[in-house]
Amino acid sequence: MNKAYQDQLHLSGRYFMLGALLLFISAPITLSLVTGEWPTFIEFLPGFIATASVFWPITTIEVFTFTPMLGTGSSYLAFVTGNLTSIKVPVALNAQDALNVEKGSEAGDLISTIAVATSSIVTTLIILLGAILFIVTPLGTFLESDVLNPAFDNVLPALFGALGFVYISKRLKIAAIPILFMLMFFLFVPNSMGLVGAMVPVGVLISIIVSRILYKKGMIK
Amino acid sequence: MSEIEVCHMDFKNSVWIYLVVGIIFSYVLMQSIFFLVRAYKKAIESGFTKEDLKKTILSSAVFTLAPSFAILIGLVTLTNIFGSMLAGMRLGTLGALTYELPTAELVIRTLQGFTPQPTEVRMITTALWVMTFGCIPPLLIIPLFFKKYNNKLQDIKKKDNTWNQVMMDALFIGMISAFVGFVVAPRELEINGELVTRISLLSILVFLTSSVLIIIFGVLIKKFKWEWLKNYALPLSMIFSMAMALVYFQMGVR
Repeated sequence: MNKAYQDQLHLSGRYFMLGALLLFISAPITLSLVTGEWPTFIEFLPGFIATASVFWPITTIEVFTFTPMLGTGSSYLAFVTGNLTSIKVPVALNAQDALNVEKGSEAGDLISTIAVATSSIVTTLIILLGAILFIVTPLGTFLESDVLNPAFDNVLPALFGALGFVYISKRLKIAAIPILFMLMFFLFVPNSMGLVGAMVPVGVLISIIVSRILYKKGMIK
Repeated sequence: MSEIEVCHMDFKNSVWIYLVVGIIFSYVLMQSIFFLVRAYKKAIESGFTKEDLKKTILSSAVFTLAPSFAILIGLVTLTNIFGSMLAGMRLGTLGALTYELPTAELVIRTLQGFTPQPTEVRMITTALWVMTFGCIPPLLIIPLFFKKYNNKLQDIKKKDNTWNQVMMDALFIGMISAFVGFVVAPRELEINGELVTRISLLSILVFLTSSVLIIIFGVLIKKFKWEWLKNYALPLSMIFSMAMALVYFQMGVR
């Protein structure tokens, strides 16, 4: 990889990310300034502890899980714009596969960045437009109606059906154990549906261990 | 809700909120454009054709449409708590509905004992403070540690590129495996007017439809040499299988 280009990316990425951090914090501050309603420590703490104890470890692990998939440029972007598993990682994958570029290479990194940046622009514009239309039109009422629910409730099965087939058929030996484990987990652990975010790093860990063993034994290449 | 409370809740559409949310959205768009332009220029220098990059941009935009509209459905729910501008800001940055909604509901439930509608402004400000600080680690970890971590990954690649390729595939498969499991997770379904917890046949059918569609697209690409379809096979499989979900639902599949 071109080191000078990578260094530049890291530098601008860091500035952008710290800028985003300051802006995101400015939102609750502004809200409290405008309304004059500041949360007391006692009000803030229970919710914060409950949330941070779950999401700080998950989001920390997500950084180490998703950044290798995304590459340098798109990592700085995707973690600011969010929706990693449902949009950013799959869009990066799709773009790299379509052009047959090696993932983790500089070419892969560039294509992933172009895909994630485009996707971020589209999502941001749709949400912004949606938020404005909610105020001035009955769009919210239309979306609240049950007509479209079966489609939008199934975005993830629709996405991972296709994506899953491509990758599972390509690496069946690696995929067998993590998939079997996940099927058992989600079938038999009560209320497991809400745990999918937390189970992604678990799936990654299992598949890395399996692939390392198979690779060492010369069973995959 | 009393008139005074309604006035209190008017802050959701105050000019200050528009200003802050507008600045945040502009910032996110600016950052995206910055990275897009930079990567585009570098990709041209590296030998990619403008045609390839155009296809990448277009297919990524098409790919993003369906999940983004799904976010709008979440926006409806979150709008009931924060108003649409703040809700849009939360869903367009950092998090996802799976994080934002439970966190907001948790804070409001803790403060007033029930959900979903907050009755006091302070509940909303508290929820926003908690939501902001509850998912802050990536914004600190990435600027501080990502470069070092990335260099370590590059070292692995230099040492053994074949293993690097296997590892990359394993990473994706790990993520995919969790979502394959998620499809069969029992969930609350409304059947004959009653809420029942069971496996959703509809989700499994949509999953299988999407798999079959990508196989069909694969055959078409191979047989008719439709290279252009490569970029769109995944988004089209997703969109068509979502459309099929509506048909299956009408046929009584739940």
